[in-house]
Amino acid sequence: MSTSVAAASEQYDYDIIKKFSVMAIVWAVVGMSVGVYIASELAWPFLNFDSPYISFGRFRPVHTSAVIFGFGGSALFATSYYVVQRTCQARLWAPGLATFTFWGWQAIIVLAAVSYVLGYSQGREYAEMEWPIDILIELVWVSYLAVFVGTIMQRKQPHIYVANWFYLGFILATALLHTFNNIAVPVDLFSMKSYSLFSGTQDAMTQWWYGHNSVGFFLTAAFLGMMYYFVPKHAGRPVYSYRLSIVHFWALCFMYMWVGTHHLHWTALPDWASTLGATFSIMLLLPSWGGMINGIMTLSGAWDKLRTDPIMRFMIVALSFYGMSTFEGPLMSLKDVNALSHYTDWTVGHVHSGALGWVAMISFGSLYHMVPRLWKTEMYSIRLINAHFWLATIGVLLYITAMWISGITQGLMWRAFDDFGNLQYSFIESVEAMHPFYAMRAIGGMFFLTGMCLMAINVYVTIRRGVRAATVDRVVVAAA
Amino acid sequence: MFKNLKHEILETNTGWLVVATMFAISIGGLVEISPLFFIKDTLEDVPGVRPYTPLESRGRDIYLREGCYTCHSQMVRPFRDEQLRYGHYSLAAESKYDHPFQWGSKRTGPDLARVGGKYSNEWHVQHLLRPKSVVPESVMPNYPWLLTTPLDVSDVGARMRALRTTGVPYSANQEEYRRNVEKFGEQVARTLHIPDAQKNLVAQAQDGNYDGDRSSVSEMDALVAYLQVLGTMVDFSKIKPEDLVKYR
Repeated sequence: MSTSVAAASEQYDYDIIKKFSVMAIVWAVVGMSVGVYIASELAWPFLNFDSPYISFGRFRPVHTSAVIFGFGGSALFATSYYVVQRTCQARLWAPGLATFTFWGWQAIIVLAAVSYVLGYSQGREYAEMEWPIDILIELVWVSYLAVFVGTIMQRKQPHIYVANWFYLGFILATALLHTFNNIAVPVDLFSMKSYSLFSGTQDAMTQWWYGHNSVGFFLTAAFLGMMYYFVPKHAGRPVYSYRLSIVHFWALCFMYMWVGTHHLHWTALPDWASTLGATFSIMLLLPSWGGMINGIMTLSGAWDKLRTDPIMRFMIVALSFYGMSTFEGPLMSLKDVNALSHYTDWTVGHVHSGALGWVAMISFGSLYHMVPRLWKTEMYSIRLINAHFWLATIGVLLYITAMWISGITQGLMWRAFDDFGNLQYSFIESVEAMHPFYAMRAIGGMFFLTGMCLMAINVYVTIRRGVRAATVDRVVVAAA
Repeated sequence: MFKNLKHEILETNTGWLVVATMFAISIGGLVEISPLFFIKDTLEDVPGVRPYTPLESRGRDIYLREGCYTCHSQMVRPFRDEQLRYGHYSLAAESKYDHPFQWGSKRTGPDLARVGGKYSNEWHVQHLLRPKSVVPESVMPNYPWLLTTPLDVSDVGARMRALRTTGVPYSANQEEYRRNVEKFGEQVARTLHIPDAQKNLVAQAQDGNYDGDRSSVSEMDALVAYLQVLGTMVDFSKIKPEDLVKYR
């Protein structure tokens, strides 16, 4: 038995996973700090300090890129490299290329953040990176695809495990979306500035096809890959239904790509396109909830773990938020609801119930599961994980409650008429009414960030202990 | 006939799994995006819509640089309250020269699709320098650097050439210029001529006197020029109701 444990360290390429795991936590702290800061700018505008570099408009993409691509992306690289190796029982194909994906990806996030602050932006949400960075992303992404598929092809058994389908779907879809959404004409070869090839309506359509599918594949399918490995593994139970996972995967892949147009209800986009988007959004509820049920029911027979194991609790609460967000999403895609909710904070709240509740929490659970295994030790403190869990949960709830109230208030104030048929409120009155909720949202964010800092400390101490133990082992072996 | 088609084929064969996934994720986009480039009713020719002048275009660059779209939309929806608050609903044609579009997704501040002409230049300058000085409850940041930074006009021609590559009808030669004269009239066509870009830009900034200082062209000049043209190109009083139903 001891020999097989010793061999495990050489069996898989863990070094790259360790790097990505650490960076996921670093970017989470950075990205969430910027998030709390810009949330505070809205509540207390003096925080803009008359500085171009940290004014809300330039700083907001730093937040979105750092959390989505920095934290989310690094967590996905880490877990996908971990899952694909372990489920295929093969080492990473082309480790050199994998190392390139690490340094390339980190460079992308740093370059993106610096360029936004300096004022370089494509001006398209979640795709603000200018063209040189886009090309670097393309290179890293193709390498990622090669490493991932190459590793699958080295697998020791005939079947490809379900988690890998989801990771693969995410890698392919992201490649497709990134490529077609970033077709732009640079001013010249030495200029960072470019102009999108498409304009107006076509550009809006392409951008939200990208925008919503970044949510669908980057922030959903990929994290479902995480779920399909780490939830059964941590619970010590098989996936609840194999058949459901097949339906879940194909329905999700097929349907998600249609729904982006629900971001463009009542705009100059032809009506049929946004109606089609809403229709598919509603149908998408079925596979989404199928997947959620599949994840939660995996725990059947091990429910007691929810009481004793905060890591399991992270995963199950993540799935609950997944279920809630994927119910709220179709609701908001209905034209009548959208007429009220669009352009308001409700959308922001919805995004964060998905991003904090689902994406971040499932990542925390997975990282807490993975970190001790990577460094061959135990998590330093279970109590700190527990504290993190409660801070995160309270933080999300404060955040989304604030945004629900402010969003619906905004929507209602904008459309309110007085007895004479005039608008009842001026716009600025709605801005004024938002202040308490913006403050509450910032406080919710601070809770979440505090939990994140506890995780960073906990993981740091764990890694240091793991490294020390390994050094002692080596000394003992050498002495023997 | 489908009896032999088991899911196992996909699960055990990387190539087929990739192909089938690509197929599943491609259809939605193909069905929704490609028709927009071919069917006629996506975009109508609406009289008055023209490409931005060099100064307005540079102002738009600043609008993008400062991330204004993170708080302001440019898309008035066809509701009674929006009609009263902002004006006529936005037509697709009104953003046909917008590379990229700036419809936005959030209204922390009001919609700007029809802000042009609503306020004076002086108001805009004051508001951008210190929003609270004209709207005390505002949460918008101050943008003092716009007034103190001279506008970089050196590459305005190159920027217009890039936009021309994307399809904006800026003219690079006499032939294209003549076509613009036919389409937009001589006065507009002159502002769209790339070889005269810098000259036109400076002339518009001095004529318009957007930032209250004619001696130099600041970033404030450009941004205010852009804001003042937003939503003003189409004269809705001149469009007959029976024509309007054709526009979206």
